[in-house]
Amino acid sequence: MSDAARDLVYLAAAAAFIIGLKRLGSPRTARSGNLIASTGMLVAVVVTLLDLEIIEWWALVAGLVVGGAVGVLLALRVQMTSMPQLVAAFNGFGGAASALVAGAEFIRLEQVELPVETILTMILSVVIGSITLTGSFVAFAKLQGLVSGSPVTYPGMRFVNGALAVGAVGLVVWAQATQEPLAFWLAGGSALLLGILVVNPIGGADMPVVIALLNSLSGLAAAMTGFVITNSALIISGALVGASGLILTKLMTEAMNRSLSNVLFGAFGGGDSGGGSAAETGDATSTSADDVAIALAYASRVVVVPGYGLAVAQAQHALRELMTELEARGVEVAYGIHPVAGRMPGHMNVLLAEADVPYDQLLDLDQTNNLLPRTDVVLVVGANDVVNPSARDDAASPIYGMPILEVDKAATVVVIKRSLSPGFAGIDNPLFYLDRTKMLFADAKKAMTDLVSALETV
Amino acid sequence: MSSLLIVGITVFVLASFIGFEVITKVPPTLHTPLMSGSNAISGITLVGAVIAATAGGDVLATVFGFLAVTTATINVVGGFLVTDRMLGMFRRPKRPDEEAS
Repeated sequence: MSDAARDLVYLAAAAAFIIGLKRLGSPRTARSGNLIASTGMLVAVVVTLLDLEIIEWWALVAGLVVGGAVGVLLALRVQMTSMPQLVAAFNGFGGAASALVAGAEFIRLEQVELPVETILTMILSVVIGSITLTGSFVAFAKLQGLVSGSPVTYPGMRFVNGALAVGAVGLVVWAQATQEPLAFWLAGGSALLLGILVVNPIGGADMPVVIALLNSLSGLAAAMTGFVITNSALIISGALVGASGLILTKLMTEAMNRSLSNVLFGAFGGGDSGGGSAAETGDATSTSADDVAIALAYASRVVVVPGYGLAVAQAQHALRELMTELEARGVEVAYGIHPVAGRMPGHMNVLLAEADVPYDQLLDLDQTNNLLPRTDVVLVVGANDVVNPSARDDAASPIYGMPILEVDKAATVVVIKRSLSPGFAGIDNPLFYLDRTKMLFADAKKAMTDLVSALETV
Repeated sequence: MSSLLIVGITVFVLASFIGFEVITKVPPTLHTPLMSGSNAISGITLVGAVIAATAGGDVLATVFGFLAVTTATINVVGGFLVTDRMLGMFRRPKRPDEEAS
């Protein structure tokens, strides 16, 4: 096969990736889009194999068999609640692959005098890939609960990280100027260390931002590898993924009302008891499952606001049963989903989709807020900070400015919660003390099953 | 700078713009499949890994190549498969004619 033919096939693969991503624009076309993208990948790999003069077989075959088996196993066995960990691990593997390819190229070409730009792309590929690798696995360990999710800090941390970053840049400059192997490998090593040290101080609650950012970096690493082996399919795919990760990073920081540097260097999220104005502490009104069932049955529109507590209690299926029952009675139902409702972008949507909720009932922030003033009953399950009116009204609140679901605009608010304790930001929620708010103190799953049985008697 | 590098940079910049345009249109509902799917796409490094694993020569380079093929294959196979699994869960609305946008 000629080089031109091969490169055209790579172009077709890149086009397949773009079409695949475009079809992710709607749940209706998304699955076929994924199929198109994966076909593009298969074609790109096959054409590479056909085109190669293969000297060593064992490494290729062994790698494909081992990698394929591990990939299938992980993909089929993962629980939907563990999706953030899996994506973090995949990011890490992607970063590793990019770093290893560039490393192998460097070793092979060590005796050849290389142009400066080639060494530079090699070393950037190794550095970015290495940070992605270790950073992702620290994120994985935190999400999986293997290490403490709370921020780990020590005095002088910023100084150490800063010095290491400057050192790494120095090594990059040295390596690309002299093609000195020692500098090359030291730069890679310091990048591995940097990945650990930068992610370790970040709290578990901020992991959605970190995963999105690492997603972007894994794309950037692939693009750099594309420069190393002058392959535009890699450059295009890397750029696409880099852009995707950046957009999600931005969306997540906006939804959390934080800046990226605050997330990376602020060491916030869990453990930090932000004082909060406990001004509006009054009496919360408690209610019973029977009363809530009546209110739901006679409503014309019910909106549910699920939080991660719902998934922790494994109550998605019970919630969907309740909503299906209400639908059968002619109640219009919808789910209002805050961008940070889950543990990664879009996580709650997947958890509800798994529980068989039709996707047209899954509404985003704006759609939900448009609907809430025309809603009879809003059911808040396992969510707290994302429905806290202080974020809108109280300039002194630590979460002031964070976009919220304005559930206090609905006629009746039912909050299902185990107690009045504040959420992990440690901020009191004035919503609980409003006249229109009724508290149903119960575990999310038990509350759902109680409501379903209470509804039968209405 | 060589013209090859310039071409590479050009492709990178233009592809980034396409990425921003296409991905801002992905609804929040699909952001998790977007992450796992785009991650699988970044597994295109497999193409580079295949070259590194089969070129022979230095043993260390071949070992690096083997590890690169392994990790990239995990990314590609696992990424596309889990994305498909997730997207399969997104059920069609019961009444498509009444579907709200």
